[in-house]
Amino acid sequence: MIALHNIHKVFNKGKANQVDAVNGIDLKINDGEFLVIVGSNGSGKTTLLNLISGSVLPTSGTVNIDINDVTDLPDYKRSQWIARVFQNPVSGTASDLSILDNFRLAAIRTKPKGLSVGVNDAFKKQVKEKIATLGMGLENKIEQLMGTLSGGQRQALTLLMSIMDNCKVLLLDEPTAALDPRSAEVVMKTADKLIKDFDLTAILITHNLKDAFSYGSRIIQMGEGVILKDIDTKKKSALKQTDLFDWFG
Amino acid sequence: MDFYLTALLQGLCFSGIALGIYISMKIFNIPDITTDGSYTLGGAFTGVLLLHHQPTYIILPAVILAGALAGALTGIIHTKLKINALLAGILVMYGLYSVNLKLMGRSNLPLNGIPSIFNLVNWITNPNQNTLLILLTFIVIITLIIGYLLKTDFGIAMRATGNSETMIRALGVNTDRMKITGLAIANALTAVSGYLITQYQGFADINMGIGIVIVGLGSVIIAEAFINWFKITYVWLSLILVISGAIIFQFVLAFTLSVGIDPTFLKLVTAAFVLLIVGIPRLSFNKSA
Repeated sequence: MIALHNIHKVFNKGKANQVDAVNGIDLKINDGEFLVIVGSNGSGKTTLLNLISGSVLPTSGTVNIDINDVTDLPDYKRSQWIARVFQNPVSGTASDLSILDNFRLAAIRTKPKGLSVGVNDAFKKQVKEKIATLGMGLENKIEQLMGTLSGGQRQALTLLMSIMDNCKVLLLDEPTAALDPRSAEVVMKTADKLIKDFDLTAILITHNLKDAFSYGSRIIQMGEGVILKDIDTKKKSALKQTDLFDWFG
Repeated sequence: MDFYLTALLQGLCFSGIALGIYISMKIFNIPDITTDGSYTLGGAFTGVLLLHHQPTYIILPAVILAGALAGALTGIIHTKLKINALLAGILVMYGLYSVNLKLMGRSNLPLNGIPSIFNLVNWITNPNQNTLLILLTFIVIITLIIGYLLKTDFGIAMRATGNSETMIRALGVNTDRMKITGLAIANALTAVSGYLITQYQGFADINMGIGIVIVGLGSVIIAEAFINWFKITYVWLSLILVISGAIIFQFVLAFTLSVGIDPTFLKLVTAAFVLLIVGIPRLSFNKSA
């Protein structure tokens, strides 16, 4: 469970370029819920996601993951619960490292990175088997540099990396925004499958209203740093795709 | 021939700087010029401790620790105070000048007649060849340690820190601490170069570090040319190329002097040479684009 209580985030406070990105949001996301966030540019979606991941710390308010108060924890400490996929494939993977090394880091996301060599034959086999499930033929290229792959392949691998180690919460920040329609579909389907298979709590930010309609169990619309609409599972099944378009009308 | 053997020995002594710059510049993507100061710091520690007849097993750890502290200081200034890495390095390097002078007590410490690491064992009677063997052993051990380090989980996290900071933070790594550690390792290696060169030359000098960063940069850039050329991804091979870069660099300087160029112009020639190896790949790239 993730709980945000009366969260405010102000950038450049007291300066001419002050931005009130998030204005007092209360939000509770239950275990296993797949929340979709929509909203126009500048509505505070990404700031909200960064407040949950810890990349941005709130000006006021509290953030809880289960019973833990994580309000003051930076992102690298919240990684024990949270895995992330970024809008830019370059942000979620290290280009100059092999696919294998990227997976090694992901496999020890919640653990200390010690002075032993973790990439051994057993680990290689495990990674190959995981990657084979994508059906992209990448399992024979694990020694290749991540930078040699396409954006779609990298996003799919980032998704897979998130479940290499214990994962409770998956944050998806416009994961398909930089991809062509076909790759975008593969990535979204992979994400949806992983979320269901591993019973993850997930949050997806998207500008694609079709995706927002097709995926997820709950949908919220943001604007001006507040939640405008909150459609839970019951109401979402009654929702029509055209309703979503009307929100932005 | 002896001329080139000297260049080879110097190149091996400078491998520490080359590996240090490889770590700060290539792995962490941080332009660190604490180098000039930490190199002299290594030399100063070596000189002073040798004059006090300390054994190698005390001197070497002391040198490594001193270099690491200098690097860590640059790292702390850069990450905690959010000061540009270049400026942080300059500040520490500048401050170290006084520290080094205080340590040494005067600007030059001759070590005539004091036994050094190169007198530790006598495998071969020819002193130059003996020095070569000792240096090679030393460098092989360092390369093995660094190569192993880069292969470990910690090492992969190190390489990822310079490559994709957002990713590695999301994977649970404190990037500030990682950068501080990285700069500490880099400058410890640089100090080891000061340790070797001081014993090889038989003196420590307050000005020995001036502009030495270019030796490291040049070596790494030479190595990078080969790494890109042959698309090398193996860590060990990259490290060996970096050390080869340091040796090639000294060979070029030795060659320059041997063809009779005025030693006054040595630094200008060095600068031009580094410019050349940086510039040529870019020029040819522009043509093909």
